[in-house]
Amino acid sequence: MDSNILKEIEGIFPKHRILTELSERYSYSFDASFGQYLPELVVQPQSVEQIARLVRLANERRIPLYPRGSATSLSGGPLPVQGGIVVDMSQYPKRLEVDRENLLAVVTPSVITAEIHKKAEEVGLFYPPDPSSSHVSTIGGNLLENSSGPKGLKYGTTKEYVIGMEVVTPTGEVIRVGGKTVKNVTGYDLTRLIVGSEGTLGIVTEATLRLIPRPPARRTLLAHFPRLKDAGYAITRILSSGILPAAMELMDNACIRAVESYRPHGLPTDAEALLIIEVDGHPAAVKEEIRRCEELCLLQGAGGCRVAEDKAEREKIWMARKLVSPAITRMGPTKISEDATVPREKIPEMMERLKRIREKYQLQLVVFGHAGDGNLHPNIIADERNREEMERVEKAVGEIFEAAVSLGGTLSGEHGIGILKAPYMEMELGQEGVMMMKKIKEAWDPNHILNPGKIFPTPGQTKVVLR
Amino acid sequence: MTGGRAFKSGRELLEEQAWDSALRCVQCGYCLPVCPTYCSMGKESASPRGRINLVKLAAEGKVDVLQDLSEPIDLCLGCRACETACPVQVPYGHILEAAKEAIVAERAEGATWEERLRAGILRHLFPYPRRLRLAGGLLWLFQRAGLHSLLRNAQFLAKRAPAPFHLGTALPRVEAPFRRMRRGSLLPARGPKKGRAAFFAGCIMDEIFHGVNRSTVDLLRHVGLEVTIPKAQRCCGALHAHQGMRAQAKRLAKANICAFEASGAEVYVNNAGGCGAMLREYDRLFQDEPEWRERAARFVEKIRDISEVLVHYGPPTYRKAWEGVIVYQDSCHLRNVQKVVEEPRQLLRSIPGAVYVEMEDSDRCCGSGGIYNLLHFEESIKILDDKMKVVAKTGASTLVTTNPGCHLQMRLGAERRKGSAPLRVRHLVEVLAEVCLE
Ligand SMILES: Cc1cc2nc3c(=O)[nH]c(=O)nc-3n(C[C@H](O)[C@H](O)[C@H](O)COP(=O)(O)OP(=O)(O)OC[C@H]3O[C@@H](n4cnc5c(N)ncnc54)[C@H](O)[C@@H]3O)c2cc1C
Ligand code: SF4
Ligand code: SF4
Repeated sequence: MDSNILKEIEGIFPKHRILTELSERYSYSFDASFGQYLPELVVQPQSVEQIARLVRLANERRIPLYPRGSATSLSGGPLPVQGGIVVDMSQYPKRLEVDRENLLAVVTPSVITAEIHKKAEEVGLFYPPDPSSSHVSTIGGNLLENSSGPKGLKYGTTKEYVIGMEVVTPTGEVIRVGGKTVKNVTGYDLTRLIVGSEGTLGIVTEATLRLIPRPPARRTLLAHFPRLKDAGYAITRILSSGILPAAMELMDNACIRAVESYRPHGLPTDAEALLIIEVDGHPAAVKEEIRRCEELCLLQGAGGCRVAEDKAEREKIWMARKLVSPAITRMGPTKISEDATVPREKIPEMMERLKRIREKYQLQLVVFGHAGDGNLHPNIIADERNREEMERVEKAVGEIFEAAVSLGGTLSGEHGIGILKAPYMEMELGQEGVMMMKKIKEAWDPNHILNPGKIFPTPGQTKVVLR
Repeated sequence: MTGGRAFKSGRELLEEQAWDSALRCVQCGYCLPVCPTYCSMGKESASPRGRINLVKLAAEGKVDVLQDLSEPIDLCLGCRACETACPVQVPYGHILEAAKEAIVAERAEGATWEERLRAGILRHLFPYPRRLRLAGGLLWLFQRAGLHSLLRNAQFLAKRAPAPFHLGTALPRVEAPFRRMRRGSLLPARGPKKGRAAFFAGCIMDEIFHGVNRSTVDLLRHVGLEVTIPKAQRCCGALHAHQGMRAQAKRLAKANICAFEASGAEVYVNNAGGCGAMLREYDRLFQDEPEWRERAARFVEKIRDISEVLVHYGPPTYRKAWEGVIVYQDSCHLRNVQKVVEEPRQLLRSIPGAVYVEMEDSDRCCGSGGIYNLLHFEESIKILDDKMKVVAKTGASTLVTTNPGCHLQMRLGAERRKGSAPLRVRHLVEVLAEVCLE
């Protein structure tokens, strides 16, 4: 880094908040996707003023900035792909205040999501967005990726719970968007614009979140199906019967077998699919609903169905789902996690397409995910060092995206575009659609300072997993 | 650093021993919240994921073993909490040891006096029980002569004194050499005999905490085991392995395997979390010697922590009640490597009169980390002071540990909170001995 610029940066941050050594910089060169990009510098801001000054300097000197939370992004969100400075937001002073009367929480971006769950629960409230990484990821990362988890089906994603933010814009102004009220129609909804913008439109320094009362009861069931298609039909049947479960998770046969060989759970390894269904709400309603779900599964050809009797059994059911991720990583060193999403009645069809892609490219492709909202997680397990295999992966990923989009779905339900899906943006949005988004980016960030190289493909970028 | 050396370079060592393991890390970050050094230092180079990434890069020749890798690795506590959080079972302990070995290989030539002293002590003192005993005897004399308390009161020294001075003041009174137990003899069980145990005495335990060792043997006999203390046993080799001296560690392991095989015991019992963890991983030392690997595997199967044995053959009968609140601080290596979590708690809960309180973050390292506190005093004290705050919240009058390193560290912690209510730091065995034995 230019020594004059470094001097100016030293005027903004105390020395120990500027990391310059090679070992330090390499330690911010990755996230949970793959690819490694060495930043020139890492800073750890402690105040909104520091960030505003840094952004203004970056505009003057045209230095790219990359906000970073816990770097659990699966799409390359925080990677410093064009050199410049990583802005480590994970060490930003942590503040988490729950306002019980107004059902609100005010947080700084470095707070770990699970802390919000815990604090809310302590006073009988509930913060629903529950990505499985919630004990590691920052709320800042969740906001900017618009993350969600199994409960997205009933409760929606992060964006449903953010009502206000303090943001440093890409040109260095500090603005407040939204407010402290759930209803707010004053002008454009900038809050929603910034949520899910992957750090390309501003650095978030505070957020006001909406909490809801905690549902008093919940019940969970596990059903297995000899035929995958029937699992798909069971989902639509339940949802059209007037029940809205809190979660509906699907595991395909490859996942079942992976979990069983990793840590035996007594799952039927010959079933083509498993469904985990959870309902929550008033105890009496929950009891009736879970019974109805069980009935519908059996009517739709489930080979067996079991409702958890107590907490231990419920946890055991969820453990099977949680183990999918680690269990499948044992199949090979490189895991390509996609999260293409389709309208839910198209799930059986999407599963059929995925099966054909697996056979065509002879890959280890397994499918699990939040089937209730159509958010599937096709995962390909491969070996990055095997070039020939990675070429097949590249093609398969392209076809997965095509399949999702042609069924009226989307490239990503929750992991974001980052760099990994950027080349396919046009396929889903069309040239004009991408253009409108680019115009917004241009207007906010005329000098392309903030998180360049994300969402929009850089010219010539066509590959997803190959480098 | 070339000079036509016949040895492998640090990079080559890493490529051979750690690269594949490091590649298994998917950088999910699940290990971040449990890593004490990441939490206290707040940067990725002090996180498990960061360290693994640097090992990978060093193996690929993208960063330098000494210049870039050595500091982050030196600052790791080796507590291995990260392994328990990792969804894909990255063998961090193995990667860490390989990294230490690579660093030692590179440093061999340009070692500082401190490093030489450390290596010298490990090479020439710990492997030899007689020399150790001599050192222990000297320590006893030193304390007898009152020099110890002189040091303790010499506040003016404390300000500028190095880490060994502070830790020196935390040492308990050691026992007189002539009071020690004899090795080699077979001590009968009390009451009907249920089996035979061979006791692993450990070097630090035997020199500094000899009373704990004596009580361990008494408790084993109390629950109906006859006890032998194999004479030919040596240091477990943990300090050596953790400091990158693998060859020495292997030599010590072989000596111990022979010594214990000859004992004819059903279980090999130890009372130091760190030593036990090393003993339980002997088979991993011999990846390239199949015959020894098998012998080591059989050895490993018989290794038990004292708490496991007391629960299995016990429960011990209590003669007395205990007063006050007891908290338990896990020994990282007992918990994370040996996976012994419930037994010590179960024993403490069952003591009549005692109020056992589960302390917040009891599973988080106290900052002792083998000899980490000697090497990185300031970082270690930061972690320790946080720990003592949590202890204070519980209102405990007794803090129980199961490893000598933790024990000394917690004693130091108790010393540092002068002014607040007194806190007794005890090995689990000391507490049990007090309420069970005559
Ligand atoms: C094992 C595993 C499981 C996962 N499960 C799920 C899941 O179930 N659901 C799901 O939705 N996601 C999941 N993820 C993905 C990931 O955890 C989420 O995207 C998460 O929100 C990222 O948070 P983070 O703190 O790690 O942010 P990072 O990865 O560091 O950053 C994410 C993005 O946010 C930007 N950013 C971060 N902080 C700020 C800030 N303060 N201001 C502006 N921009 C910022 C970054 O530039 C980047 O573009 C999973 C990841 C892993 C590794
Ligand atoms: S061993 Fe302990 S200190 Fe070292 S990386 Fe793992 S958790 Fe952190
Ligand atoms: S938890 Fe395991 S895989 Fe994840 S970053 Fe840590 S070491 Fe790597």
